Amino acid sequence: MKPDTSTHFDPINRPPRLFLGVRTPIKKGTYWFLAVASFLLPLLAWFAIAASGADKVFLPAPQDIITRIATWWHEDNLAADIGISLYRVVAAWALSALFAIPLGLMIGTFRGVQALCEPLTDFIRYMPAVAFIPLVMLWVGIDESARIAIIFIGTFFQMVLMVAEDVRRVPMTQIEAAQTMGASRGEIIDKVILPSAKPALLDTLRITMGWAWTYLVVAELVAANSGLGYAILKAQRFLQTDKIFAGIMLIGLIGFVIDQAFRLLHRKAFPWLHSRS
Amino acid sequence: MPAKISVRGVNKVFATGAQPVQALKDAHLDIAANEFVTFVGASGCGKSTLLRMIAGLETRTSGAIMVDGRTMTGPGIDRAMIFQHYSLYPWLTVRENIRFCRQLKVHTDNRTAADVEAASGRADALIQLMGLSHAEQAYTHQLSGGMQQRVAIARALMSRPEILLMDEPFGALDAQTREVMHDLIRHVHRIEGSTILFVTHDVEEAIYLGQRIVLMAPQPGRIDTIYQVPLPKERHQDMKLAPEFLALKKVILERIRETSGIKTDLQQLEKLSSLASIDKVQA
Ligand SMILES: Nc1ncnc2c1ncn2[C@@H]1O[C@H](COP(=O)(O)OP(=O)(O)OP(=O)(O)O)[C@@H](O)[C@H]1O
Ligand SMILES: [Mg+2]
Repeated sequence: MKPDTSTHFDPINRPPRLFLGVRTPIKKGTYWFLAVASFLLPLLAWFAIAASGADKVFLPAPQDIITRIATWWHEDNLAADIGISLYRVVAAWALSALFAIPLGLMIGTFRGVQALCEPLTDFIRYMPAVAFIPLVMLWVGIDESARIAIIFIGTFFQMVLMVAEDVRRVPMTQIEAAQTMGASRGEIIDKVILPSAKPALLDTLRITMGWAWTYLVVAELVAANSGLGYAILKAQRFLQTDKIFAGIMLIGLIGFVIDQAFRLLHRKAFPWLHSRS
Repeated sequence: MPAKISVRGVNKVFATGAQPVQALKDAHLDIAANEFVTFVGASGCGKSTLLRMIAGLETRTSGAIMVDGRTMTGPGIDRAMIFQHYSLYPWLTVRENIRFCRQLKVHTDNRTAADVEAASGRADALIQLMGLSHAEQAYTHQLSGGMQQRVAIARALMSRPEILLMDEPFGALDAQTREVMHDLIRHVHRIEGSTILFVTHDVEEAIYLGQRIVLMAPQPGRIDTIYQVPLPKERHQDMKLAPEFLALKKVILERIRETSGIKTDLQQLEKLSSLASIDKVQA
């Protein structure tokens, strides 16, 4: 009898299930193809819509954006805008990390500190950072530190909670094993909790860096006269849609590059996580 | 000579849930130096709790635990605990895991050059003994479950603990690997002269390894019966078929069944199968 080929199922030679296989690995080439396509397809659509005669104020064409970036670079000192925005974001983010990591570590390690700090942090983090602008202007002033303070407020409280969670995820048995080997409290933090939580902490730093960027435009509302966010706000006043697009794209691009750098660092710093066969 | 470990009227009540759980009630137990004692009993009878209290990882509600005649107040380097799961440090290689205790202050204070040399020799010897030579530079997640557990044992042995506390250490291993591990741990017991407390669900494992078996019962968790194992100190795999072995196994299994409070309810099972046949008729 001829086998019924219509329902024939060959588990070895079956086509890879790109979109339906739950966590099934896909080929590296396929991954890159899809990732690049995810950028190219919207770009092509954009070209097509712009070419079909859309209003330039409503939707400028991709090539207009490129031209705008070029003139911005040559005539309006784009490099300085990028530099100052980068400085604000990174400074606020680094300042957050400087305080959030030790505090989160304490919250995740000691129940008393947790009781003292976590509910309060939970409460504060729901307060909108934007609404703090008047207070920040009042308390901090309108210079550089005010803009950094806004990004800090938006980032810090979330970061504390994420760090605390990363620390709490360290398996209790790892800690107890060290205790039975005679580790002191300091040694447990230094030799078990920190190294165990480090990969998760780096991920938290990467994700909060992204959030810090989203607060940039808001921060540059505060009496700024430079920066990418400021440029976007000013372009809005003059209805320079292409410049708005350029600013948004540049922030996205910078964020993307930083994100990839973090991922690379993750792979280099934690070979034991990425050496799975 | 005082007992190596002495458990005197120890109670443990967990008051974290909706109602307090008496995890251990009035436990009395003396364990001699270099004794190998195994613990069996139905799930929830407080085996882990007792072991963790002896390790100093869990506080006791009342009673005293003495080690070498002194009241024990917390974890100490004389007692090493080996867990069932997830206790290795994945960011360290096998060798670094085994040598972990060497970077702790308690082990580095008053250390002489000779100590350092001896320690490095001990690490080498443990790696050899555990059959990990080919894997000493590997990260732990690259190892099989059996190898990971051997690393955990080697790490615990590194500091020459006098007491080894093992909570279902081989629970996740297959039968063959388990047999290898049994002979390995018996070898350690003999050459290191350590006192071993070993919790298991496997009665055969408990008899094969133990000189005495402590059978515990749940609700409230308590020590029910202590059995002397009627086998010579030296064991080998054939003994598992000896009549004394099988007889003791039968007795212990029956007692666990009696105390567990869980019975196979035949009536319920019949009801279930008759319901299933009704479904079939209707379909
Ligand atoms: N941290 C805890 N908080 C509350 N109750 C607990 C805690 N740890 C254990 N218990 C309770 O104490 C009792 C004894 O638990 P224990 O883990 O010692 O049992 P066990 O004999 O090791 O069981 P198993 O064989 O399943 O490992 C159980 O009823 C358990 O629910
Ligand atoms: Mg248990």
